[in-house]
Amino acid sequence: MAEMWINMGPQHPMTHGLWNLRIKVDGETITDAEPEVGYLHRGIEKLCEGKTYTQIIPMTDRLCYGSSLTWSHLYCLTVEDLMGVEVPERAEYIRVAAIEMQRIASHLMWLAAYAADLGAMIGFIYTMRDREVFIDLLQALTGSRITYNYPRIGGVAHDVPPDFERDSLRACDYMEKKLVEYEDLFDGSKVFMMRNVGVGKFRKEDAMNLGVTGPPLRASGVNYDLRKDMPYSVYPELDFEACTHPDGDCYARYRVRMDEMFESCKIIRQAIQKMPKGKWRIVAPRNAPSGTGLGRVEDPRGEGMMYVVGDGTDKPYRLKIRSPIFVTVSAAKKMLVGYKVADVVAIMGGLDMCIGEADR
Amino acid sequence: MNLFTFSYGIIHWLVDLVNHLWYWLGDLLPWEFGDFFDDVGRFAASDAHITVMAILVEVLIIVIIALVNVLNFIWIDRKFMGRMFDFYGPYYVGYRIGGWLQNLADGIKLFVKEIITPAKADKLGFLLGPIIFVGSSFLALSTIPLGRDFGISTNASGAGVPGSALIAFAFFAIAPFSILICGWSSNNKYTLIGGLRSAAQMMSYEIPMLLTVASVFLMAGSFNFTEIVDAQHDVWFAIPLFLGFIVFLVCLVAEVEIQPFDLPEAEAELVEGWTTEYSGMRFGLFMMTSYLRGYIGGALATALFLGGWHGPALIPDPIWFLIKAYIVFVIIEWMRWSVPRVRVDQLLNIGWKRLMPLAMLNLLIAASLKTLGWF
Repeated sequence: MAEMWINMGPQHPMTHGLWNLRIKVDGETITDAEPEVGYLHRGIEKLCEGKTYTQIIPMTDRLCYGSSLTWSHLYCLTVEDLMGVEVPERAEYIRVAAIEMQRIASHLMWLAAYAADLGAMIGFIYTMRDREVFIDLLQALTGSRITYNYPRIGGVAHDVPPDFERDSLRACDYMEKKLVEYEDLFDGSKVFMMRNVGVGKFRKEDAMNLGVTGPPLRASGVNYDLRKDMPYSVYPELDFEACTHPDGDCYARYRVRMDEMFESCKIIRQAIQKMPKGKWRIVAPRNAPSGTGLGRVEDPRGEGMMYVVGDGTDKPYRLKIRSPIFVTVSAAKKMLVGYKVADVVAIMGGLDMCIGEADR
Repeated sequence: MNLFTFSYGIIHWLVDLVNHLWYWLGDLLPWEFGDFFDDVGRFAASDAHITVMAILVEVLIIVIIALVNVLNFIWIDRKFMGRMFDFYGPYYVGYRIGGWLQNLADGIKLFVKEIITPAKADKLGFLLGPIIFVGSSFLALSTIPLGRDFGISTNASGAGVPGSALIAFAFFAIAPFSILICGWSSNNKYTLIGGLRSAAQMMSYEIPMLLTVASVFLMAGSFNFTEIVDAQHDVWFAIPLFLGFIVFLVCLVAEVEIQPFDLPEAEAELVEGWTTEYSGMRFGLFMMTSYLRGYIGGALATALFLGGWHGPALIPDPIWFLIKAYIVFVIIEWMRWSVPRVRVDQLLNIGWKRLMPLAMLNLLIAASLKTLGWF
């Protein structure tokens, strides 16, 4: 059979979101690949220029449906940097607990989609079921289930609900038990290992040259985690590891995310226990000074970065968002060439695509 | 009384009834037509005619039983999947019978959907593919007996069709060709890849499967389902040929194209594979037939390895047969919902490097057992 181009997307079960992956196949082997993003461009950066600093918080929630809290948190960090606002310590701990819950929920959603991509429907149902635990906790904390609108410039919107500490600790215990179950379900499955080990090899040098961050980078053996390397919030006071894996294949990416969920449970537990009493919010000024603010966080998908320019009014002059997935997806060709059509879902699924933030 | 004598009796009674009317009509008409009426009446009452009609009635009965079982299978699949996945499964349609009517509701829904033929599709192939797929599956089904007296046979002895097992496997193996036809004629890249995968897949599972089946033929000394099942009166072939049974089950999953081996319609990468362009009841037929093939698979495993209708006499033969077929189907479904899909090159590896030597070994075991005179 001659070579042919196949469009996988924009409407295709493999694309979680709205993007197009063009692959050139020779029989079943991929010889070229070309990702196309931009189908979900909403102009969020431009829209932010017409809104006040507080009004932008719900907008940044809409950047990523899988992990909206990290983005509004990042925005608040950035604007706090611009305004020079000090956040109360209690608010920092609440934020850390919340974004680690968000990280677990996001990784579980990734695992659900990944299992469904590989054909193991049971993984989809079980992980989505257990994700509910953390979504419920976040709902009790913030009032919403997907877009939380919880962090504020100078703290968080409200204090933790009653019994939140107890429920969080219980959820962590539950999750650690369930994660061991998932390891049985996936690592113990011969077929799952066949589909993952040695698939989508991604060399360390390529990953660093392309600017890939997050789990795909750490799975290639680079120990780079912003929570460790450029600590923000109260992460320096918490005890956890940055998870890496030397192999750089799909299994390594799966493994890194699983280990991160264990680490997140540890972080939540510590944050809940170390949480001091006190104020959870201070009133931030309405107008920002002229100047710039920069924020960087370790999103579940990689390094998220925001850069804001204030001009003395209550609206930002410019807000630039650096999306991890927009960078990571450019590595598609390096990862895909030489593998089979069926590996596309494993490789691209392993990147945890979230098009909302890539297209903005 | 077996199924043949039952159908023969019904047809005989019907022919007698119709012939009364026919001769009465002949008496009303002028005498020149008498010979014609006599000839037709004599032909209708002839043994050959009644036998052929009786076989058709037998086929009808077996097919209706199979279709009802297919409804059960879809329902069991959904309920079982639901219980595995922590939800209830179909629930509202047919509330008092556990949501059983959901299948009928889905069927009605598919009937009212538009059947779309893509503009650039090959019309003939697009139409022929489903017909071959469904037809060959029904033909494979029709030779499998449900009980000693409950299968299609051509004479009053009820001994079944000679070589019925061979016929069943021959028709069972036609489906990949129809899948290739469907996939190619749809004129879509996903369906094309799906169809070609189906052809590649057939290469890998068909040979080990037929080798294990050959070991059963060797043990039973017959190509006839009735005699194969009778040979398992004392001990099921699944016990001496345990290896073969496992190989057969794995090949069966590939043959009926369900989850670990459903490469032609891998919905994650190929949208819906070779069925992508089919809509409405044509898709419904595919879905129904895939469950029908699950039923055939369960029935084949039961007849060849699990002692067919043999069991304690408390329960009638056909019910024993169906219970075993259901259990095999549920085991297959269990595999289906818990294991990821393999890749096409991995399937070829499994077929040629693992299943093939095991099937050979199994054939050797069968030959040794037969030579030693233990069976």
